[in-house]
Amino acid sequence: MADVIDHPSRAAATPPDTRAATGYNFAYLDEQTKRMIRRAILKGVAIPGYQVPFGSREMPLPYGWGTGGIQVTAAVIGPDDTLKVIDQGADDTTNAVNIRSFFAKTAGVATTERTTEASVIQTRHRIPETPLTEDQILVYQVPIPEPLRWLEPREAETRKMHALEEYGAMHVSLYEDIARYGRIIKSYNYPVKVNDRYVMAPSPIPKFDNPKMDRMPALQLFGAGREKRIYAVPPYTKVKSLDFEDHPFTVESWEQSCALCGAGDSYLDEVVTDDKGGKMFVCSDSDYCEQRRDAGHQGDGGDSNYATRNEIPENETSSGDDR
Amino acid sequence: MTVDPVFQRPSPLLQVRGITHRYGHHIGCRDVGFDLYPGEVLGIVGESGSGKTTLLKCISGQMEPSEGSVEYQTRDAGLIDLFRMSEARRRLLMRTDWGIVYQNPRDGLRMRVSAGANVGERLMAIGDRHYGHIRSEAVDWLERVEMDIGRIDDMPHTFSGGMQQRLQIARNLVTKPRLVFMDEPTSGLDVSVQARLLDLIRGLVRTLGIACVIVTHDLGVVRLLSHRLMVMKGGSVVESGLTDQVLDDPQHPYTQLLVSSILPV
Amino acid sequence: MTAFDDTVMLHAQGLAKHFVLHNQGGVKIDVFDNVEFTARQGECVILAGPSGSGKSTLLRSLYANYKPQAGSIFVRHGASWVDLCSAQPYQILEIRRDTLGYVSQFLRVIPRVATLDLVTEPLIGQGLTEGAARERAATILTRLRIPEALWSLPPATFSGGEQQRVNIAMTFVQDYPILLLDEPTASLDTENCQTVIDLINEAKARGAAVIGIFHDADVRGAVGTRFYDVAETRQAA
Repeated sequence: MADVIDHPSRAAATPPDTRAATGYNFAYLDEQTKRMIRRAILKGVAIPGYQVPFGSREMPLPYGWGTGGIQVTAAVIGPDDTLKVIDQGADDTTNAVNIRSFFAKTAGVATTERTTEASVIQTRHRIPETPLTEDQILVYQVPIPEPLRWLEPREAETRKMHALEEYGAMHVSLYEDIARYGRIIKSYNYPVKVNDRYVMAPSPIPKFDNPKMDRMPALQLFGAGREKRIYAVPPYTKVKSLDFEDHPFTVESWEQSCALCGAGDSYLDEVVTDDKGGKMFVCSDSDYCEQRRDAGHQGDGGDSNYATRNEIPENETSSGDDR
Repeated sequence: MTVDPVFQRPSPLLQVRGITHRYGHHIGCRDVGFDLYPGEVLGIVGESGSGKTTLLKCISGQMEPSEGSVEYQTRDAGLIDLFRMSEARRRLLMRTDWGIVYQNPRDGLRMRVSAGANVGERLMAIGDRHYGHIRSEAVDWLERVEMDIGRIDDMPHTFSGGMQQRLQIARNLVTKPRLVFMDEPTSGLDVSVQARLLDLIRGLVRTLGIACVIVTHDLGVVRLLSHRLMVMKGGSVVESGLTDQVLDDPQHPYTQLLVSSILPV
Repeated sequence: MTAFDDTVMLHAQGLAKHFVLHNQGGVKIDVFDNVEFTARQGECVILAGPSGSGKSTLLRSLYANYKPQAGSIFVRHGASWVDLCSAQPYQILEIRRDTLGYVSQFLRVIPRVATLDLVTEPLIGQGLTEGAARERAATILTRLRIPEALWSLPPATFSGGEQQRVNIAMTFVQDYPILLLDEPTASLDTENCQTVIDLINEAKARGAAVIGIFHDADVRGAVGTRFYDVAETRQAA
């Protein structure tokens, strides 16, 4: 049985294309643009959590597909780097595969699905479970960089609020959750305060990942293409999730452990396995799950329905939609 | 004969001098000055276009006047000119030591967050991070403005106009301000609702000792609430003094016209 | 201030009042000129003169409700003297709170406030505890025969006599050093009229100076110490 149990996403894995295409500048963007982006990144690193405007370029894919992250990656990647791209924790979704092959083609860099092998990791909606190191850069794709926007639509005003550190209103949304549901229900893109100064949107990662940002050894860079903003969290910087004294920040936990690798400490996705209500919980981080299984760990195979099923249909291998 | 000046009076809370504001060639208000003392209620009356709202915006720090100064007695550093202090400090002042009650509740409330959060926001803005405390303060203030506690989690847009104004007042008073500006706080409300709101404002201003500047075109409002009155016309103050004296024995032609224009009930 | 001896409570001199009706062609109405009189502790000065001679205008001027064009009104306020004609609004408010009591001809109060609260409020403003203030308010209301059933109601719907008695209670609940009374007994029956006479005489006995307008000859006789004829001042002008 065990040999047919596989991470649902593994079937879609694509071997890295290491042959660079000709006719493009290294990593697609021209050198001037990359310099401009690097300057924005440096400013972002110098002022942790501060949103730096930059001249976002048109990329050969639509906004919302990671244009901000790609430009940041293009600006920091070098020929010797090894790139990993994940989307919702998986290396093999369309977005991740395409971005990886984009850089394989335009920069000729090595790519990998292994967190530990990568020097640059571009991500959408997750932070890998495997702790990152000083030698790594984590690039986030950001749809909406402004954490204050929901309560103050005027950009000039939100910038002033950042400048004057007027963040009291940020707690209003958390208050509303507690008043209505008895607890803070915001579960992704959970606002954080960086280096005791700027309130920052961590991009739509689950709040489960928030503690990983705190004093992370790796450099964290955030790129928002449509909104033309870059911001950064330098290595070992304090990142604190906003909360109330009597309603402290907590992360999600599951009764189940991963059906495939048995992990009890990772972020789990619920995967529907058939039309009869069958489902199982598996690691959202496909690489983490695979490493564990390679090391001999094994899950319980999911709920009872799973036994009646032979393989996971192709069209259900995606690791999930936007939350 | 000489008169002993024995009155013990604290320093003024607000010192306004020579406020002139121009909109291009048009004069919004001209050379207005006054002192406002702790616990004092000043009414500013005049018809539309008399410059009273322009003046209110200037003295409440919402708009910098073309000329003149507005000095406020800060708790820690004495009199400071509003437009010479840092913007950070001015904004902090405006959301702690001051309150502004707008004619239209939409300008003063967050319509998309609950009544409780509207009241609690100012506490959170000054660093209160204890939900239980914020909640109980919100409950307390909604009670003080005579609102149904059962509606604490409802959105302001589900409230009547009178309730929205009361919510606006609660939101402003929760940080125990020393100075509150009110711009036509009761216009647009039914007469019966108006009377109740005026009562409430009067009681709160008295018991809390709040200084208040009320801009209105309704002489009944100022007679009820204000100690002192300034009558404005064409951007200038044409008459000022004790409220009942100005209303009962108006000296300036315009004030006489204003007073005689009230419809008898 | 050496000019006044210890018994003087209020002194008006050179007081002139006219009205200019700007919206009626600038008509000027002279009311009085060169008014000079003194009110002392324990006496009741009755302002006399025919109807329209300016008695009420003078009384309102003494309360700083009207603004005289010339002259001074010196008022003993605590240990000091203040000229009402040149005093700042806040000083006048303080004097009205502590020194000058005024009973107008008609009750004019904040709508929707209960009678008992109306009478209690000035005392609380003076620093009395709510309990003590209510007790005193209840005493004066009882004395003026306002039925207890009405105490919790605003006086707007009361009869004319009842409203006038609430008006009197609001002033007499405090021991003002100076009392200005504009026809306080006008709409009262004999019994209540006698109560008001008693109240005035008690105020005089404790040292208050009373200045009033009374049309009823019996009341004049019962409370008056001397007369001041307002009409004469106009002829002098």
